[in-house]
Amino acid sequence: MLPSPWRPDFPALSVMEAAGLTYLDSAATAQKPQSVIDALTGYYTAGTANVHRAGHAVGERVTEAFEATRGTVARWMGAADPAEIVFTRNATEAFNLVAYGLEHRFSAGDEIVISALEHHANLLPWQQLAARSGLTLRVLPLHESGHVDLEQAATVIGDRTRLLAVSQLSNVLGTWQPVQDLIALARQQGALTVIDGAQGAVHQRPDVHALGCDFYVFSGHKLYAPEGVGVLYGRTEALAYLRHWQYGGEMVRHAEYHRADFNPAPLGFEAGTPAIGAVLGLGAAIDYLFRLDPAGVRAHEAALLETLLRGLRTREDVQVLGSPDAALACFTVADVHATDLAYALSEQGIAVRAGRHCATPLYQHLGASGAIRVSLALYNDTEDLDRFFRALDKALNLLK
Amino acid sequence: MTLPANAQHALDAFSAAEGWENRARLLMQWGAQALPELPEALRDEAHRVAGCETAVWLNVEVHDERLRLQAASDARLIRGLLAVLIARVNGLDREALKGIDIHAWFDQLGLARQLSPSRTNGMNAVWQRILTASR
Repeated sequence: MLPSPWRPDFPALSVMEAAGLTYLDSAATAQKPQSVIDALTGYYTAGTANVHRAGHAVGERVTEAFEATRGTVARWMGAADPAEIVFTRNATEAFNLVAYGLEHRFSAGDEIVISALEHHANLLPWQQLAARSGLTLRVLPLHESGHVDLEQAATVIGDRTRLLAVSQLSNVLGTWQPVQDLIALARQQGALTVIDGAQGAVHQRPDVHALGCDFYVFSGHKLYAPEGVGVLYGRTEALAYLRHWQYGGEMVRHAEYHRADFNPAPLGFEAGTPAIGAVLGLGAAIDYLFRLDPAGVRAHEAALLETLLRGLRTREDVQVLGSPDAALACFTVADVHATDLAYALSEQGIAVRAGRHCATPLYQHLGASGAIRVSLALYNDTEDLDRFFRALDKALNLLK
Repeated sequence: MTLPANAQHALDAFSAAEGWENRARLLMQWGAQALPELPEALRDEAHRVAGCETAVWLNVEVHDERLRLQAASDARLIRGLLAVLIARVNGLDREALKGIDIHAWFDQLGLARQLSPSRTNGMNAVWQRILTASR
């Protein structure tokens, strides 16, 4: 038995448990702690106002809280300055912002490097940028274990490389990538670096200073915060390379009918009314994480993953994809279709994810048509996994 | 409205099945025995139903004003869902097809959840394709 000391902080867990549901899909989106729910309720109850424009007292209070959250996020991820934090709608928007914002810096023949395991969000913006500008998209191959092959990476990343965009923690293979080494390779070539921390930030507090990346992206909703807010960290110098891409209120400094000039980062990239409530909720989520013992959380999540992997590996015909290091595992079963398995698990109240997990090219590369993903969060416990395995055995018994 | 004979069989069988396991067994049985199988040669992009996480192929033809459907999938339970869907509409004319409430049909079989919008099994997409193709 491995109970989670943090489970009581998440009211949805007991509600789902009462309904016979076991939530093992946190890599898709995470449940929220009471303190985040309270922050949202508190914000809407105490009076909303738009940020950065109203001169009245409510506006001042909300703007102050909004900007304080920028500071919280900056401190949490090791940014040098709150102005290096841009709030977006989600991680996907952050990647698109960077891709459109940097477009003017690249010319035909330049190369963008990604890895073979990227989520569509960190693939398609670059693929389409390459198509628009005549760039070459190069893909870093993986070891069997699901880690980027550094030796090959050193030959792919070269003097034509202008940008490297890689995931820190794979949403399919659960593998930590050697981003530190990859960033070093890219920097040697003077290339810009973008790290997809959508999964990684949840399981290891990011330190952008230590990483030395130019951009780092994550989304709020996977980090126990509301959906509707993503974060783009950009090193001050790197943010200055970005051209404005969405125009409207908030981001403009001076407007006339026929011309305008725009604010620098971060406000210059936050056109229109932001998701104020969600941003404040993100602040509350990070405050919550600050209160936890990081070593305790890491040890708990590692023990859960070990239990999960042991259970999967002892079952005949179960094949785990890659060698997961953290947070999640995908698996297939010989002669059993992932969709059928998902159906049988879902009928038993097990919330897992079937399919290709927004990483279709990776599945083509692995030669699998789909898999089941079990993903973990700090509120899961071994009882969740026991229920999962009982359901899995029943499902396999039926389907085999 | 009287059900087509195959649909009546499905209704009788599924009504008698208790619990998800028995229904799943029945689905696999129907998928194996009662699905008008689309020949391999026709399992191409043109027949592939977009919007299914699992590959599903569907062919809709109208012969003498009557619908004739064939389908295929690699997943056994999906084949079963296709079989009971097709059992309900095969042989109908366009007018009769318009009167079908497909949600009610799956509900009667105890399979209502399989048509929820969040399902990626594609039964919704298959149904839309049947409606479009038979117009």
